[in-house]
Amino acid sequence: MTQASQDPKQATKLNGRRAYAGGSLLSVTHLSLEQVSGILNVTVQLERMDHAERSRMLAGRRIALLFYESSTRTRTSFELAAKSLGATTTLVSDKSSSIEKGESLKDTGLTLRALGAEAIILRHPSSGAPFLLARETGLPILNAGDGMHEHPSQALLDARTMLMRLPGRDATVATAKSLEGVTVVITGDILHSRVARSNALLLPRLGAKVLLCGPEPLLPASALGLGPGVEIVRDFDEALGRAQVLMMLRIQKERLAGLELDLADYIARYQLNGERLAAGAPDALVLHPGPMIRGLEITGDVADGPNSAIERQVSNGLAVRSALLLRAFGVGGFESVIA
Amino acid sequence: MSDLLILNGRVIDPANRVDEARDLLLRDGKVAAVEKPGSLKDVEAAETIDAAGLVVAPGLIDVHVHLREPGQTYKETIATGTAAAAAGGFTTVVAMPNTLPVNDSVAGLEWMLAPERGAVVKLFAMPAATLGSMGATLTDFAALHAAGALGFTDDGKPVLEDEIMRAALIAAARLGVPVSQHAEDTHLTGGCSMNAGPVAFRLGLRGMTVEAESRIVERDIRLLREIEKSEGLHPHLHVQHVSTGRALEAIREARQQGLHVTCEAAPHHFTLTDEAVGDYDTNAKMNPPLRAEADRQAVLSGLADGTVDCIATDHAPHAAHEKEQEFERAPNGITGLETALGLALRVLHKGQGLALGRIIALMSAAPAGIVSLADRGSLKTGNWGDVVVFDPAAEWSFAAKDSRSKSRNTPFDGAAMSGRVKATISEGRVVFRG
Repeated sequence: MTQASQDPKQATKLNGRRAYAGGSLLSVTHLSLEQVSGILNVTVQLERMDHAERSRMLAGRRIALLFYESSTRTRTSFELAAKSLGATTTLVSDKSSSIEKGESLKDTGLTLRALGAEAIILRHPSSGAPFLLARETGLPILNAGDGMHEHPSQALLDARTMLMRLPGRDATVATAKSLEGVTVVITGDILHSRVARSNALLLPRLGAKVLLCGPEPLLPASALGLGPGVEIVRDFDEALGRAQVLMMLRIQKERLAGLELDLADYIARYQLNGERLAAGAPDALVLHPGPMIRGLEITGDVADGPNSAIERQVSNGLAVRSALLLRAFGVGGFESVIA
Repeated sequence: MSDLLILNGRVIDPANRVDEARDLLLRDGKVAAVEKPGSLKDVEAAETIDAAGLVVAPGLIDVHVHLREPGQTYKETIATGTAAAAAGGFTTVVAMPNTLPVNDSVAGLEWMLAPERGAVVKLFAMPAATLGSMGATLTDFAALHAAGALGFTDDGKPVLEDEIMRAALIAAARLGVPVSQHAEDTHLTGGCSMNAGPVAFRLGLRGMTVEAESRIVERDIRLLREIEKSEGLHPHLHVQHVSTGRALEAIREARQQGLHVTCEAAPHHFTLTDEAVGDYDTNAKMNPPLRAEADRQAVLSGLADGTVDCIATDHAPHAAHEKEQEFERAPNGITGLETALGLALRVLHKGQGLALGRIIALMSAAPAGIVSLADRGSLKTGNWGDVVVFDPAAEWSFAAKDSRSKSRNTPFDGAAMSGRVKATISEGRVVFRG
């Protein structure tokens, strides 16, 4: 586990035309199954590693967290992950930086690079912003959520949670059959959800069936374009009857953009409560990427109940993101990523 | 005076139904003679162009360009934009009014058209239909028309209010010029940055629907019908950059009913689809956006069956720093003057089998007709000596870095082009040699 030298110009060709630094994670679609497998495998190794050894992995390396949107789980887990690996981190947020004075994303990225940042973790309200930052800085960029587009690390930790909690699965590898026979129902505000997109793009490649569930304004038919293995089911109770995993999503009030929603009707049709769970999918695993609004898309008894793996998701977030940071630097089993 | 001979070429002049070997004499800026090969051999011209193996056609006319001057000369100037036009084979361009300040006054129009601006080819303008293009108060159509306005438009924005659009159509009809409409129902497109559909969904971008375009086209057609009834006028609506099958259907139907509706299509809309947005390529961002394949096919059909009257580029230069932004923040628009002919010949001629003469008509005689330029768009004797000479067989790749435009915002950097401009002649002067 030696530290590979980091050359920002080291880049991978994607789609035959754009170049991004090899350790970047911009979209789950950029990961081969083999690479997903590698991430899961290193995640396990890191969890088994003693604290002292882990803290030498990225000792002296510099990571910037660039957050243009608020975050609890993602930011904290990336930051704790980086620190547990020995890296130095700095947090730049739009509220307390020159971004408020109108500095562009490109210039902010170039400034962080000039200050020695070797990788940037970006959360941004604009879909595609990490692609821009990756192109302009040449640094490995980890997409920590971009607008309505993707949240790749969330999909990876969700996959790991499913593999750990569903009976008879192996959480150390990813194959096209890892989630064979598993139906994952993602319910709620699909339109505005980067978590839904990343999961719908990743899970079918692991063998799962993804059912998207929600009312038309929050789930347009164009969602089927996410690819094979994705289906739209409008009736939540019908979807429950097929589910091994239930992933509930928050209504993203900040992105509704004038969309009017009858919340009482929404709750009646799509809330996951104890009664509904017991009737429709008593054995299903319940996931939620957070933040949860208890009493809206999910009730407290379900969130805190035996089916829930929500806290497991959070702790898996720390582990998976640690692996992604090693990957960004091409160390700890990821040497070939930037080679 | 100054004579220019163009010999041995294949003259394609659709307006005069000419497609055969001809020699061409330009004298004092005008077309002086178009004769059988060899018959002009005794003329002593100051300059002679040997066009053997080349097509000689009326200079191309673009009724929709943004030259950014005054106000945004870091993107383009009239001099650089018209130089790009010349390189693309265009001899006439019509500047849109969304400059800073908006071209909404006689003084602004005269300033723009003044020789001091250094236009390389013939420059016309369509001033704003409303003051500041704010959509509220009509500009002085009569005074602007007297000063050279070819029509009126708030391009970049639609004229949204029914009553204002009705008044604009009536005022323009009395002057015999079109109102050129950017058809977008902006109530439906807030926050949108590309075409609505599966690609937008996957990229997490809000999408503009087909209806956002067709609803305005349908509304404007309804206004035409009402004005014909109530005023006894025959107003001319020109629909800019049509990008959807639904809008084309409305235009087709309106024309069958005898209404005066014309429309243009942009090369990017008949060449690319919304897949070209790729990894958030801001050079694939324009308004109207690149559409789905079905709509691209509808535009191709419209070009083939005549529903689309002309090709216009919507040349819209932007500086690199403006396009190097988040996709949703980056401005709309791409450059287009230097790639229009190469794409039209590649996609429409080679790809769709449209005759060369048809494509030349779409880019010369037809746009000349839309803005009533009687002495341009054909090689009739006495017309302005506006000529493009191109090699129809040349296959090449466009390189944005070689562009004459001040800006490089094109999705066609490195793209294959068919047919290459060898010379562009504006009013008898050679303004470009390739």
